[in-house]
Amino acid sequence: MDAISLQGGFAEAAPEAARAFRAVLNAMARPGTVEPVAGARPPAPLSMAAGVVLLTLADTTTPMHLAPSHDLPVVRDWITFHTGAPFVAAGRAVFALGDWAGLAPLDRFPIGTSEYPDRAATLIVEVAALAPATHRLTGPGILDAAQLRLPGGEAARLNAGRFPLGLDLILCCGDRLAGVPRTTKLEAL
Amino acid sequence: MNDYNFAYLDEQTKRMIRRALLKAVAIPGYQVPFASREMPMPYGWGTGGVQVTAACLTPEDVLKVIDQGADDTTNAVSIRKFFQRTAGVATTEHTGEATLIQTRHRIPETTLHEGQILVYQVPIPEPLRFLEPRETETRKMHALEDYGLMHVKLYEDIARHGVIATAYAYPVKVEGRYVMDPSPIPKFDNPKLSDSAALQLFGAGREQRIYALPPYTTVVSLDFEDYPFEPTKADHACALCGSAESYLDEVIMDDAGGRMFVCSDTDYCATRRAEQDKSSAKI
Repeated sequence: MDAISLQGGFAEAAPEAARAFRAVLNAMARPGTVEPVAGARPPAPLSMAAGVVLLTLADTTTPMHLAPSHDLPVVRDWITFHTGAPFVAAGRAVFALGDWAGLAPLDRFPIGTSEYPDRAATLIVEVAALAPATHRLTGPGILDAAQLRLPGGEAARLNAGRFPLGLDLILCCGDRLAGVPRTTKLEAL
Repeated sequence: MNDYNFAYLDEQTKRMIRRALLKAVAIPGYQVPFASREMPMPYGWGTGGVQVTAACLTPEDVLKVIDQGADDTTNAVSIRKFFQRTAGVATTEHTGEATLIQTRHRIPETTLHEGQILVYQVPIPEPLRFLEPRETETRKMHALEDYGLMHVKLYEDIARHGVIATAYAYPVKVEGRYVMDPSPIPKFDNPKLSDSAALQLFGAGREQRIYALPPYTTVVSLDFEDYPFEPTKADHACALCGSAESYLDEVIMDDAGGRMFVCSDTDYCATRRAEQDKSSAKI
């Protein structure tokens, strides 16, 4: 384990995680909103936002799947040291981390069961940009409509027609993040 | 004050609650199980709401706590002091100034705005519980969207009383999917659940459930075409501020049947009276 894996965590865990969680909560509750976050300095290719999400939400009880883009020793070591999350195959993941191409095919991830729809994976997706918008967003959390850039065209069909089951996305770009919960209806612009 | 972690709960517990909250927001109206902790107050005092508030608070928040609309009752005062002591956050009694409001059984009269979070204390989160005591069965009923029993219950109300007699904890349907217990708020408050600008979070400590309504979520009170839902309140105006719109508490004044009706929302009532004093002073 390199020294780099031991660095880059929250300096003050409680208040920084609290602020980060409020950003993630707001992003999930108001799809289309882009929230800035701060506090983590993870090694590349992890973005600051993805690092903050991991420090805030992941621990030894959350099995994690790494897409090939992020399945690197330096990323594994950093996540292990800071969160202790075990690495698993896609089918058992609570969190999955990677770029959009690496996470595909998405039908590998658990989408919950009809009795426990909450037992679905949350995908932490590294994206190159959150603008300009590619999709129109409607649904809970959105007054009228919002707009957001989604990483791929197939994202729009991701959760179509299977609510309450589905995958929830946290899109991370640099020090900013956006949420796309399963309730959000997506239309290509 | 450094004897406790920020907002009392340890970070591992907060992460667990935070993950449950995010799933609750993603599935509006669905009750997410969570590993509720023992809190330094008894069940029934809002341990679910307190845990949700603890997981959401940031040092910059301004906290308001109400119990049946009042800022100055035992439950509200003790929870407010709890977070003053363990999180060091600023507190307020003014609805408009608060960023996070924990409530027991009321929604403030003042319209909530974006950026506010309303945390409800919930005793029994399962709306079907008194109709079907088995968790395995109610879970199946939610999975199959089998809510006929709830309509039978409302129908029996009408058959027995001529009206839907349910006055509080009136069941609602969220985004056309999950039937949800809005906690024991008076049905007068039900219309405020729908399309609120604020995020609404519900915590049930003893029952170990968290659920949520994201902003601008459609929430419909269950009813029948010929017996539509009606929010009701005491047919009076507030004896202190004169408001005819607010929800009223009936206060017994003596042992000879004397009573008065006053706003249950103390901040709303006090603000109105302060404005009236100001305008009468000008005259």
